[in-house]
Amino acid sequence: MSAPAAAKDALTAPVRTGPDYFLWLCGAASVGAIFVLGWIFFEIFQEAIPALKEFGAKFLTNATWQPNRDRFGVLPFLVGTAATSLIALLIALPPGLAIAIFLNEDFLPKPARQFIRFVVELLAAIPSVVYGLWGIFVVIPLIQQLGSWCAERFPNVPLLAGPAYGNSLLTASVVLALMILPTITAISRSSLVAVPRTLREGSYALGATRWEAIFGVILPTAAPGIVAATILALGRAMGETMAVAMLIGNSPRLSWSLFSPSGTLASLLANQFGEASGLQVSALMYAALVLVALTLAVNFAGEAVLRYTEKRTAGIR
Amino acid sequence: MDNPITHSPDFFEDNSPESTKMLGRSLFDRALTALCVGLSFLALVPLASILYLVVKNGLPLLDWSVFTQLPPAAGMNGGGFGNAVIGTLTMVGLALLMAAPPAVLAAVYICEYDPKGKLSNAVRFAAKLLTGVPSIICGVFAFAAVVLATGKFSAFAGAVALAVLMLPTILLTSEQALLGVQRAYREASYGLGATRFQTISRVVLPDAAPAIMTGIMLAVARAAGETAPLVFTALFSQFWMSSLMEPTASLSVLIYNFSTMPFEHQVKMAWTASLVLVLLVTATNVTAQLVFSKRHA
Repeated sequence: MSAPAAAKDALTAPVRTGPDYFLWLCGAASVGAIFVLGWIFFEIFQEAIPALKEFGAKFLTNATWQPNRDRFGVLPFLVGTAATSLIALLIALPPGLAIAIFLNEDFLPKPARQFIRFVVELLAAIPSVVYGLWGIFVVIPLIQQLGSWCAERFPNVPLLAGPAYGNSLLTASVVLALMILPTITAISRSSLVAVPRTLREGSYALGATRWEAIFGVILPTAAPGIVAATILALGRAMGETMAVAMLIGNSPRLSWSLFSPSGTLASLLANQFGEASGLQVSALMYAALVLVALTLAVNFAGEAVLRYTEKRTAGIR
Repeated sequence: MDNPITHSPDFFEDNSPESTKMLGRSLFDRALTALCVGLSFLALVPLASILYLVVKNGLPLLDWSVFTQLPPAAGMNGGGFGNAVIGTLTMVGLALLMAAPPAVLAAVYICEYDPKGKLSNAVRFAAKLLTGVPSIICGVFAFAAVVLATGKFSAFAGAVALAVLMLPTILLTSEQALLGVQRAYREASYGLGATRFQTISRVVLPDAAPAIMTGIMLAVARAAGETAPLVFTALFSQFWMSSLMEPTASLSVLIYNFSTMPFEHQVKMAWTASLVLVLLVTATNVTAQLVFSKRHA
């Protein structure tokens, strides 16, 4: 498969001119890729029309989800989506960033760093359902104990109030944190790698210790990339479905407590689509539309920041 | 790049104010390093726990019969998940057939024919947006486009959902693969009088093939582990698959269904299926990396 040999073949092949049908084929495939994106929106929007007509914007602010009475509002799921993904981000950011720094510095010999990198990549490869299964048997009991302990100690703090369930907002957030860790690490790391070597060497030459160089020079230079990593990880967390659906308890009720069952837009879809009928299907399509809009907005912001970062570091060089 | 200050032999005997400040800085440095190492190894603990439990709980039921038997009914013992393995392979294979050719062709267009054109930029943008679409939305799309249209849950609907999931990944990794082909090869080919099609089909694509394969296999590995696009498109089935237009079992949906059952045997089976799924996904990933590294060896 070596290229020079292939080039030799090209030489002996008859040269043919005329319309390039292959160009048309490739062009059609390209248009097709854009078409798919449009088609997704169109299909979901079309199926959501009855619910859009029935509920309008109140769908977003209404807190009751009762399929048996055809009353649908996604506020609890919006809150659940925001809460789980933000808490997950809060948990995952320190270790995610630490690993990125760690992989980019020479604290450890190269094989050890490669091992850590392999571990993080493996975390990304484990299927969502397996995280869910593990969460059911490991995280749920831990969070339940933590919850009962907190409810006893701080009965008046609404965030920690009982009764403590294992299937809860916090359980889902903890497992989500683990799932978005590889995203944070990978993108932060590539922005750390992009920091020009001369900046680092300059700060060492001025007598900075390693961490003075990291905090004073390297992290500020890589900051936009790290922000982009955070935003993209948030987008990933908002759309993550199965592990959350298995752990969050899937309750349509609003609650202040971290230890009470909750739901996210994605877990709502996973739970109810299989058995939905009538207006419920349309309401679920509307909820899907809200989820797409949210994740696209977040991802769009993340990509924009990432592009800005690339331009900026190119300027430094 | 170790700090020389901490290694100087008479450092600790010096009691001048500057040296105390130096000591402080050096201690701060050490403490942060320790924190960083600690946080990094913290990520190892859950991973080790997941892998340990999947092997420990999954291994006891793992033997050849789980691949040849049907899932046990609720509360029953024995059985396997042969139909789910076949369902997963069928749907991922079908999705690959639907997604890979257009994705690679579109990558050829945006990389070879018109890298800076409007259409190419639009395709890149659409592909980036598609990678950000949550996998459950692929399921919602297939539900609307196939399940509602045909009136039944089917393997075909599941494959459509997975194909939408795979398309942008294959497209973007193929573009990177084509960008990796040296410009000199293309110029040499044109210089020898080859047409654009000959250059692409005989020089560029063969050279990029291993990297394109890596992208495809990574997409396959991801699709094989996905549950959200299948849970309400292919649904599940207790029986062997006999057509593409009927509800079909998959490994990931089996794990989801069995994990919440109140029967010990079903939960054990979920762990065994997890072990099989993790092995399948990891093997695909590792093979993908090997294919790529062979080219760069």
